Amino acid sequence: MTEPLLRIDQVGKRFGGFVALDGIVLDVAPGERLGLIGPNGSGKSTLVNCICGTLQNETGSVTFDGRKIDGLAAHQRTILGLARSFQLPRPFHSLSVADNLRIPLLYAVKARSGSHLSAGQLNDHCVEYLRLVGLDHKAAKLPRDLTQVEMRKLELARAIAAEPKLLIADESMAGLSHSEIEDILKLLVALSERGITIILIEHIMSAVMSFSQRLVVLVSGKKIADGKPDEVVRNPEVEKAYLG
Amino acid sequence: MQSRTFILVTIAVAAAVFAVAQLVSNNYLFFAGYTVLQFVVLATAWNILGGYCGYVNFGSAAFFAVGAYSSVFLHKAYPLPVPALILVAGFIAGIVGFGMGYLTLRLRGSFFAIATLALAVVLQTLVTNWDFVGGSRGAYVIRPNTLDVFGYQIPYIEYLFLQMLVLATIAIATARTIERSRLGYGFATIRDDELAAEAAGVPTLRLKLIATTLSGALMGMAGAPFPYYLGFLQPQSAFALEYAVNSIAMPMIGGTGSWIGPLIGAVLLGTIQQVATVTISSAVNVLIVGVLLVAFVIIAPNGIVGFVQNLMRKGRP
Amino acid sequence: MDFPLELLINAIIAGVLLGGFYIAVTVGISISFGMLDIVNIAHPAFIILGSYLAYIVNSTFGLDPVLVGLLMLPVFYALGAAVYQIYYVSFEKRGQEALRGLAFFFGILFITEVGLILVFGVDYRYVDAPYIGPTLRFAFVDLPYRMLIPCVLSLLMLVVLQAFLSHTYIGRAIKAVSQDQGALALMAANPVAIKRIAFGISIATAALAGAFLVIIQPVEPSVGREYIGRVFAICVLGGLGSLPGTVIAAMLLGVVESITATFYGPSWAPAVAFGFLLLTLAFRPAGILGR
Repeated sequence: MTEPLLRIDQVGKRFGGFVALDGIVLDVAPGERLGLIGPNGSGKSTLVNCICGTLQNETGSVTFDGRKIDGLAAHQRTILGLARSFQLPRPFHSLSVADNLRIPLLYAVKARSGSHLSAGQLNDHCVEYLRLVGLDHKAAKLPRDLTQVEMRKLELARAIAAEPKLLIADESMAGLSHSEIEDILKLLVALSERGITIILIEHIMSAVMSFSQRLVVLVSGKKIADGKPDEVVRNPEVEKAYLG
Repeated sequence: MQSRTFILVTIAVAAAVFAVAQLVSNNYLFFAGYTVLQFVVLATAWNILGGYCGYVNFGSAAFFAVGAYSSVFLHKAYPLPVPALILVAGFIAGIVGFGMGYLTLRLRGSFFAIATLALAVVLQTLVTNWDFVGGSRGAYVIRPNTLDVFGYQIPYIEYLFLQMLVLATIAIATARTIERSRLGYGFATIRDDELAAEAAGVPTLRLKLIATTLSGALMGMAGAPFPYYLGFLQPQSAFALEYAVNSIAMPMIGGTGSWIGPLIGAVLLGTIQQVATVTISSAVNVLIVGVLLVAFVIIAPNGIVGFVQNLMRKGRP
Repeated sequence: MDFPLELLINAIIAGVLLGGFYIAVTVGISISFGMLDIVNIAHPAFIILGSYLAYIVNSTFGLDPVLVGLLMLPVFYALGAAVYQIYYVSFEKRGQEALRGLAFFFGILFITEVGLILVFGVDYRYVDAPYIGPTLRFAFVDLPYRMLIPCVLSLLMLVVLQAFLSHTYIGRAIKAVSQDQGALALMAANPVAIKRIAFGISIATAALAGAFLVIIQPVEPSVGREYIGRVFAICVLGGLGSLPGTVIAAMLLGVVESITATFYGPSWAPAVAFGFLLLTLAFRPAGILGR
């Protein structure tokens, strides 16, 4: 049994009187493809925020790659190899599309390896990641010139550009066409085959089912199911949560 | 243009400015020019934190005054030549900037802005009650009329003008170097979306502290020769509101995106104010700056530079 | 050694009266900054404007300054609504409020102060009213009427505002918009209109606060700047948007300032508020009763 890459141990988070997360326990093995689903407001984004350091969990602890990361700032976690895309894209609007990808390379990757990427190598990496999501023809554009769909792809590309060990893709497929969803899935599978652990948060069930090796369901801040996708969707509690 | 080339060009331009000033050889020009150059430094320094990182500093006067009063203190305790004073002032003001940043930068940007207002008043109160540097009565700084350089007698004001010219060159070169560097990219992400910047691996607190320290240090350096320029220093002059307004108005009117904006804003507004003070009154001229600030911020948020860039973009087919 | 107990007690009482007045000064910021997240550093400028208007009407027509303040309420409300509209269209809508919005208010603060200097000069102006001068005395305790009346009226103003926020539809909508704009929009209430009303109210309070100010002390244009620190110090210390917190923080600041001025001299007074502010921001930014 290998050590889990990510261990979430009794993590809890409250906002005033509202309990957003209630004692979440979750292990993610290295190289795993985990799907995370749940109705809106179930706490998925809060969980992602606590894992990545955007928010700090009040109870419990998060361990990544054998190391407790509670209290670490978000940028430190990214340097350690944790990357996420935001549900609502947050591009750097004064920087070009290519420069948006340059940032994680300049900061997260450089801090990690301490290597000196030449300007040329930096550019090559940027273009490579843009090509992965099909945005290389828009490298010089500004984010405000992109369509909604292209912004989602940029958001995902920026997370990938941080060259993470664990990538959390938060609803990157919303609004995409069927073929675009296929493209993103292919991309995620390719990343997974390179050894990157992926947590996919999605509402598009077909994508989640085909991608995930394991499925976790969150409802009202609690984990109500965790197991093989086929078994989880047949779980009566899961059905109840989705169908009311 | 490579950074090294740019620095050489700036030095050349600065040398040319000085040469022209020598040719015209009107003492008033040196006095007025000193003030304009001082604003170039202040505006450029403000913009490093304000324009590049998006954090507004209302307390530029505080850092300026720290520089001015450290000169007064040393003048009374342990006199040093002006260039040394500038370095000391920069060091002290930099520490003040770091300290204030450390206390408040972990909070929202609006809290930082308010804290800078507070800093200016607290420091002014401290200085007003500190008799060694003159307190509210002020301190006299006796300075020679001329300076002996290789046998030539140079008017002291030209010496100060030259110092400020060098400082302005350093400020602009620093700003431009930052813009093109990894640090500059980091600053831009802080301005655009700090949360996303953190997620992308940018150590936002560290970068913000660098910006506050650097910005504060430059402002302090601009203040160091001030007591020698006036011959006398009172808290009201050092902490004058016009420094706070001009440090903000000049970059915002010129354009906050790059080093050019503060330069244009400082030269333009600085010159207008010098003319207005002489012809109208100093209160009116400061009012004009305020009105221009509000007008530009509403109508032309990207400043003169942004306006010109827009024109050029529309001009293209 | 004769410990000046009487002096201390009087200083504390003066501080409490002052603190009461500070509530009036701060309540507007509690709304605009605490609830609407608008950093209106020009708020003291509106207060000084109120003071000068009270002065003009009082010296020309002999009208009681508090009455002038009340008459000015609708005028200042309209002014506030207009300012918010400009702020919203120019900055909030474009997401520029962090840099440009702040510069905008700073510009207004500045223009107001310099404008007042140009029109009225730097001489101190004061108002005339029958209660300015006489003092209520209990044993050794001094309660100057010119401080007592603004204090009482300020507390009254606070009670009225609190009632408005808790028991009227618009008041509750304002509280709602401070917590979740999106939810309010979904309830088919227009968040922008609600914020405009709230900001208008916040500036309207400045009309009364200005009248109280000129009753308590003579004013000149730069007095506004001292109040920037006080206003934000109280607001932050009291916990943004918490009206009860404002009361506690205002009283605390008033008392500390008063004791400092009595025992160490008035030249240290401005530093007290700003020092409070810096310390609060550094160590407990959520304030005493913060959420």
